[in-house]
Amino acid sequence: MVAAPQSPATAKLEVRDLAINYGTKQAVSDISLTIRENEIFGIIGPANAGKTSFLKAINRMEDFDTNMSVAGQILFDGVDTRQVRNVYGLRRRIGVVFPLPVGLPMTVYDNVALAPRLAGVRNKAELNVIVERCLHRAALWDEVKDRLNALGSLLSGGQQQRLTIARALSQEPDLLMLDEFSIAIDPVTTMRIEDVLKELRQEMTIILVTNLVQQARRIADRTAFFLEGSCVEIAPTEDLFTGEVSDQRTRDYVEGRFG
Amino acid sequence: MPANPARQTTEVLSNTDFDHRDLDWYIDRGVQILVFLGGISAIVFILGIFIFITKEGLGFILEDFSFREFLFSPTWRPTSELKETYGILALVAGTASVTGLAMLVAIPFSLGTAIFIAEFVDGKTREYLKVTVELLAAIPSVVWGFIGLSIMNPLIIDVFDVPVGLNVLNAGIILGLMAAPIMTSIAEDALKAVPDRYREAAEAMGATHWQVIYKVVLPAAKNGLLGAVLLGVGRGFGETMAVLMATGHSINIPTSVFDSVRALTATIAAELGETAVGSPHYQALFTIGVFLFVITFCINLTADLIVRGIRKE
Ligand SMILES: Nc1ncnc2c1ncn2[C@@H]1O[C@H](COP(=O)(O)OP(=O)(O)OP(=O)(O)O)[C@@H](O)[C@H]1O
Ligand SMILES: [Mg+2]
Repeated sequence: MVAAPQSPATAKLEVRDLAINYGTKQAVSDISLTIRENEIFGIIGPANAGKTSFLKAINRMEDFDTNMSVAGQILFDGVDTRQVRNVYGLRRRIGVVFPLPVGLPMTVYDNVALAPRLAGVRNKAELNVIVERCLHRAALWDEVKDRLNALGSLLSGGQQQRLTIARALSQEPDLLMLDEFSIAIDPVTTMRIEDVLKELRQEMTIILVTNLVQQARRIADRTAFFLEGSCVEIAPTEDLFTGEVSDQRTRDYVEGRFG
Repeated sequence: MPANPARQTTEVLSNTDFDHRDLDWYIDRGVQILVFLGGISAIVFILGIFIFITKEGLGFILEDFSFREFLFSPTWRPTSELKETYGILALVAGTASVTGLAMLVAIPFSLGTAIFIAEFVDGKTREYLKVTVELLAAIPSVVWGFIGLSIMNPLIIDVFDVPVGLNVLNAGIILGLMAAPIMTSIAEDALKAVPDRYREAAEAMGATHWQVIYKVVLPAAKNGLLGAVLLGVGRGFGETMAVLMATGHSINIPTSVFDSVRALTATIAAELGETAVGSPHYQALFTIGVFLFVITFCINLTADLIVRGIRKE
């Protein structure tokens, strides 16, 4: 597998003066931050803080929302993603899990095999291995191993959510972005996936957007607090919870005294 | 404390007698009955039509009818002095060849247009294109027949150097162009019914536009697309006027697209007015009607079963 991170401070993602607008409405403004290679970077913050918009911009999702416009720079491995010609190549290196799970209307197997197939993997045995490994990692294998040919869109909500996790992993991404991945998943399974994420850190960089402050605490190395479209604070996760924060609003949010 | 409004609500509720049928209840019942009658009446009409057609053809079916001759004889000679022959094989071949060619023309056209409208254009352009397609669908079939007669006919004679331009090729193209707009419209609806979140999910994974269409959208829309195609087939079997004008209307089992043929429907349309009510010829025409009815029914049933099969998967 990938060797130990070359240097813990290598920047995977560098965001400079990011601003995101929907029409004339500003959703995100003035965000600058750096996400390091092989870290789990947590993002917490109340509704409308711009967390999802932030992830969408990284993946160049504004391309299919004519309403959405992005200003500023996002450097992925030092390359400005706005300038990338082959956006498909970029997206293949970034796995995303949406908050609302989308099981594509094809079999469970095909859902997970889609990305490898798009990347040109044809060998059946190879695909089998990838599918099984990704479903295992998403803690879904035991539940679907006998129904790999069932329609993915017919799984239960929580299963679909894990299916999208498996699908994102099947891309073997450099960067995995999870947006509230556990809203439909029970706590025990969530813990299992969290453990997997901690292991995956060896292989990839992970951005974890979560409404569960404790989830960030459990697995994120560093955590950012977003509020009303700005990034209020970035700190090693433990600091946020021991009160070593520079902004009072962060402390209030983390301690649940918000509003 | 919002104690007051809360208390009021409770009182209203507690005053409610759950055995009392209020106005809403009666309106709901009334609507249910009306909708039920509407649904039933459609079935009753269809059954009624079927019974009527069958009754008109019944004498023929019972007396002169030879199953073998009817289905397998290529000779349709209902007014022969010597021996009347009622074989519809050539007519079936005519209808089938024209419909088959029409689908060869219409399927690529309509699916291509539908994919273009649904997946490649937005906003105003999209609306204009949709309206245009719907306008095309509204062209009366006699106009298409006229185009076949006065434009396609000389064109085919010229281009292919054949003596007659009213043939399978002509009618197939005309029927294909005629069926394409409505097929496009239905196919486009089917593509648009695929939720955008599927497209976004696939695109976020790095699928190209074409990969999204090919791997996600088309498979997800296959029921609707199949429906569109079968609707086109149904249209082909049922179309009368344009086919009557463009096929040449001569009884033939075609061996090439340049042969003139005659369609089942056109035969009924052209001959029914000249027969004596109740005569064997008249009854034979109605038997063709029954036959068309059964075929259409089978097509629809197959479509239904296929669609169900796909759903169950
Ligand atoms: N597609 C869109 N079109 C228009 N406005 C949008 C769109 N998506 C998000 N917004 C707006 O952008 C702002 C930020 O939304 P975003 O979804 O990024 O917040 P969030 O932090 O992810 O919130 P939540 O925790 O509820 O998911 C909100 O005010 C929202 O109304
Ligand atoms: Mg969100």
